[in-house]
Amino acid sequence: MSTLWFILIAFMLTMYVLLDGFDLGAGVIHLFAAKNNVERRMILQAIGPVWDGNEVWLIAAGGTLFFTFPVLYASSFSGFYLSLFIVLWLLVLRGIAIELRSHVSEPVWISFWDGVFFIGSALLAIFYGVAMANVLRGVPLDKSHYFFEPLWTDFNPYSSNPGILDWYTILVGLLAFTTLTAHGANYIAVKTEGIVNERSRRIARLSWLATIVLAVLVTIATFSVQPLISMSFFSRPWGFIFPLIALVGLIGMGYFNIRQRDSAAFFSSGAFIIGMLASAAFGLYPDVLPAVNPAYSLTIKNASASLYAQTVGLVWWSIGIVLAIIYFIITYRLFWGKVRPTEVEGY
Amino acid sequence: MDASTILSRVQFAFTVSYHYLFPQLTMGLALLILILKTMYLLRKDERYNVGARFWAIIFAIAFVMGVVSGIPMEFQFGTNWARFSVFSGDIIAQTLAMEGAFAFFLESAFLGIFLFGENVFGQKIHWFSAFMVWLGTWASGAFITASNAWMQHPVGYTIAADGRLHLSNYWAVLFNPWILPQYVHIMSGAVITGSFAMAGLGAYYLLANRHTDYARLFVTLGVIAGLIASIIQLYPSGDAEGQQVTNYQPVKLAAMEGLFHTEKGAGIIIIGQPDTTHQRLDNPIIVPGVLSFLTYRRWSAEVKGLDAFPANQRPDTIELLYYSYHIMVGLGTFFIVIMGLAFLLWLWGRRLFLSRWMLWILMLATPFPFIANTAGWFTTELGRQPWIAYGLLATVQGTSPTLSSGNILFTLIGFVGLYMLLGLLYVVLVVFQAQRGPVVEEKTPQKVEEFAD
Repeated sequence: MSTLWFILIAFMLTMYVLLDGFDLGAGVIHLFAAKNNVERRMILQAIGPVWDGNEVWLIAAGGTLFFTFPVLYASSFSGFYLSLFIVLWLLVLRGIAIELRSHVSEPVWISFWDGVFFIGSALLAIFYGVAMANVLRGVPLDKSHYFFEPLWTDFNPYSSNPGILDWYTILVGLLAFTTLTAHGANYIAVKTEGIVNERSRRIARLSWLATIVLAVLVTIATFSVQPLISMSFFSRPWGFIFPLIALVGLIGMGYFNIRQRDSAAFFSSGAFIIGMLASAAFGLYPDVLPAVNPAYSLTIKNASASLYAQTVGLVWWSIGIVLAIIYFIITYRLFWGKVRPTEVEGY
Repeated sequence: MDASTILSRVQFAFTVSYHYLFPQLTMGLALLILILKTMYLLRKDERYNVGARFWAIIFAIAFVMGVVSGIPMEFQFGTNWARFSVFSGDIIAQTLAMEGAFAFFLESAFLGIFLFGENVFGQKIHWFSAFMVWLGTWASGAFITASNAWMQHPVGYTIAADGRLHLSNYWAVLFNPWILPQYVHIMSGAVITGSFAMAGLGAYYLLANRHTDYARLFVTLGVIAGLIASIIQLYPSGDAEGQQVTNYQPVKLAAMEGLFHTEKGAGIIIIGQPDTTHQRLDNPIIVPGVLSFLTYRRWSAEVKGLDAFPANQRPDTIELLYYSYHIMVGLGTFFIVIMGLAFLLWLWGRRLFLSRWMLWILMLATPFPFIANTAGWFTTELGRQPWIAYGLLATVQGTSPTLSSGNILFTLIGFVGLYMLLGLLYVVLVVFQAQRGPVVEEKTPQKVEEFAD
């Protein structure tokens, strides 16, 4: 049952990165792919009706983590205290930037929120990579399952007292940034025509090239920083399917970008994200939060809720998620198709 | 109580009180907008629809603020209350996670359709989306109430060998007897906030002689809904909550009533300042016998005072708890009087619309339901102390062990700054929209820019 919940939470977080990932990426390219108010509103129009729902996947994943693995929830949220609050504040600022920007037609007001939208989106993309890297690298858990990580210590991932930021976590942060930028650029390319579409494709290509370089570096670094990962893959070789999916996605991102097939490129960047996140989850299992001292690691066993709670939860969770998926299909179908400057309404 | 615990309490209290300023308005307005939209479909009078569209804009601004200030809440159980989360995560996280799965997905999907879909999808789907938004916001309220009700009155658990709680009965948690009175009380409180806002803005338009057609509609709906909700707030929901506190949390009752000593035929205190050092009340105005009657339905019944409980079982901020309760009850009484009077004037040949003094009162009353609702939450939460899960886990034992007070103060200061900015923006935008008022939109691409969102 705990294994099933491990997979389901990995699924929810992957859904979150896939969905909110493209609107974060849209925020990153917003200043560069769109130069004037009409163009910028096309980008906001493309994500406006869906960004809030996308973000609910994060909230829902947080809640699900809480009732299925309460020890992990308590330990990691209190241990990552400072970085978590910075993420929350960025989410707050970015959310109001999207919603309030077009309420007042005043150039300075609009420029201010455009800037907040960009900074919030970019920093969030980096911080999500950093968070992922912290979990992969491991944290200084003590024997009562708690830890506290300062924002930085000596910037050394091999340290016995690591911080949130070190050269490894920053490297993964940059990979997350280029990946989500490409993903968002692909999405905007799908949703627009004309000059915004062309600029988005160009940004997608540049960030694709950066992603290749960073993905290679991160892969090498990860095997060095966390030996658990290679142990997982060599003891269960079928797991190599996940990096393979990522590789196919990475190739597809470039191939379809050059052929100007935006939807295929968007699905490729999605496949890359799925492959990378699934590889990370597979590599960690059965740990959910490795410790610097492996004896104190949190695993699906010692971090989980009672079997009854996990079983009851599975029943209502399944109903809730089926409903959520139905809502998502309805919303995305209703707002299907390209956004056009003449149709710009609301955002 | 150490500095970390105090700062964590202050941070949670600050962020949740601030957050709740917005949901109480949106939950109330969601119902009123649904009523306006339904009236439009029934009577085919365009005013109802334009009115609904106008309030949807105000709703949307408050909703965004509620969403962004709500995101940190779910995470703060883990960040600042880690040991409580481990202790009771099996149970309390069920209802919190259900809110995400059943309410948030629904709200986020249908709000987009409700705000942008009227011209595209037609009136029936638009009404349906208004209905779903109402359902989503009220379902949200139900799950949060269920979570809080469990902290007030824990049920459906067993204590495992490692000291953690295990969920033993899901349905007992979901149908905790504490939930129903609390839920009704919270939701009618939200309707009061929404109704006073609607009536208050309508009254302002009438006083300023603007949008008078819509103003009459807003005042009428606000006064009728506000009167019904204000009465429900007193009876049955307020009374039922009083009964529960009497039966299950007698020490909370003693503290909120300012009853220092056990008394037969205890009176109810209208005004007075508690002096906890000397265990007495200064400058009291007391109506004798009433407290005994309200709690035990007998004028001479004995009501336990604070002296009946050991000091370490009493709430630790008796003064604030006492004032919160009295502010809530006092304002609640005024709400019934104000709305009752306005309703009578309305019945009496619609004199309400011409009675400037009454319109002034309605307009100036707008902020007070926010205060009353906040004071109500202060009452129930301060009265829960010193427990985080009533009778099971003390608040000081629920904190995050690795967190320094310096780090908590850092985030607390950050929240204060950020939320001041949000508050300013909110006020500016609502005033801006209220100044524009309900107008029939000319749908040209350049114009729509202005009624954004």
